[in-house]
Amino acid sequence: MQPPSHPGPTDKEIDLSVAAMLRFGVTLAAVMVFIGGVLSLSHPSRAVPEYMHFHTNAALSTIVSILRGAFHLDPPSIIQFGLLLLIATPVARVVLCVVGFVRQRDRLYVAISTAVLAILLFSLIKAGR
Amino acid sequence: MSLLLFTSLVFLTSVLAGLLGALTGLGGGVVIVPVLALLFKVDLRYAIGASLVSVIATSSGAAVAYVREGLSNIRIGMFLEIATTLGALLGAYLTAKVTSHWIAIVFGAVLLFSAAASFRTRSTPVAQAPASPLTARLELSGTYPSLDGEKSYSAQRIPLGFGIMFGAGTLSGLLGIGSGAVKVLAMDQAMKLPFKVSTTTSNFMIGVTAAASAGIYLARGYIDPDIAMPVMLGVLAGSLVGTRILVRTRAHVLKLVFALVIVALGCEMIYSGWTGRI
Repeated sequence: MQPPSHPGPTDKEIDLSVAAMLRFGVTLAAVMVFIGGVLSLSHPSRAVPEYMHFHTNAALSTIVSILRGAFHLDPPSIIQFGLLLLIATPVARVVLCVVGFVRQRDRLYVAISTAVLAILLFSLIKAGR
Repeated sequence: MSLLLFTSLVFLTSVLAGLLGALTGLGGGVVIVPVLALLFKVDLRYAIGASLVSVIATSSGAAVAYVREGLSNIRIGMFLEIATTLGALLGAYLTAKVTSHWIAIVFGAVLLFSAAASFRTRSTPVAQAPASPLTARLELSGTYPSLDGEKSYSAQRIPLGFGIMFGAGTLSGLLGIGSGAVKVLAMDQAMKLPFKVSTTTSNFMIGVTAAASAGIYLARGYIDPDIAMPVMLGVLAGSLVGTRILVRTRAHVLKLVFALVIVALGCEMIYSGWTGRI
């Protein structure tokens, strides 16, 4: 899989550590979403949802307000928090690849994976506030 | 319809979408968006947001199975992710600029393409052309196990592959799908990579591509918890079961049935978009 010139972990070793982390992240996210879902459905004041027409809810569309809501055990915020964890898994995947390429001393791929990470963070900053 | 009934129906539909998506290799997103929009009358933006989240879950959840095969190439994946993530930003930007009629029409066209692509032969002969200087510089080569021992491959036509990947990213960000069919097209047709390497590397890339538009979707309010919750859990469960079944069956009949469903959904999406019903 990899050119023999790189020191450090092989590409397959990087891949395996990344995959194990991903499975953990997805499991955690799914459990969180499930808990939020159960709480949300058992909430007595929940009315019939409105899906046919788009409306924005500021409290559920920024990272800070989601964290605040989840801290106060607001069910929809707990679901959103689980989804945030899920969105974080591919970001963590790229971070681990950056680390792997650093350990391989592969400068070109450190630069390439850092560029991908920067693009991902740019998108997340949009949801930051 | 009560919230509980709605959630249950969406969950069951998502399980089915995830199952069929895994069995055919097309992913759950291409089915769940039209079904939510056409059948459940969900606003297209919510459908796309929920689908995008489920795409990330499927990609990250299936990674272990793919990595164990040892065929994905992280350098090729990472290099092409520059193209797909930039495309995803453009696509996510476009969703707010384009009317939902047009999104529905483009979605329908992608569905028709995906249905056709699922019937492509899986044994593209891998060209043994010498690696170009660019391929060597970017280290876009590798080996894979075949019946006659280890075979080496190296990426061809890198600018073309990169360009198609940008398009795949744009479609992913615009439509909330993984656009795995287009990613595989870029790798095995344009760059002449072995099919298995293309599909496993594509899975690696789908989650990262989707994450690039997820932040923008979240900020715009496309990710609604009530709808994303059953879709994400359902598609994830369905795709995990589907991946297991896939190992045992060849699923030819299923594939044909699924392709017909996709063609029907594609025509309906185009018609609905054209007549302004979406």
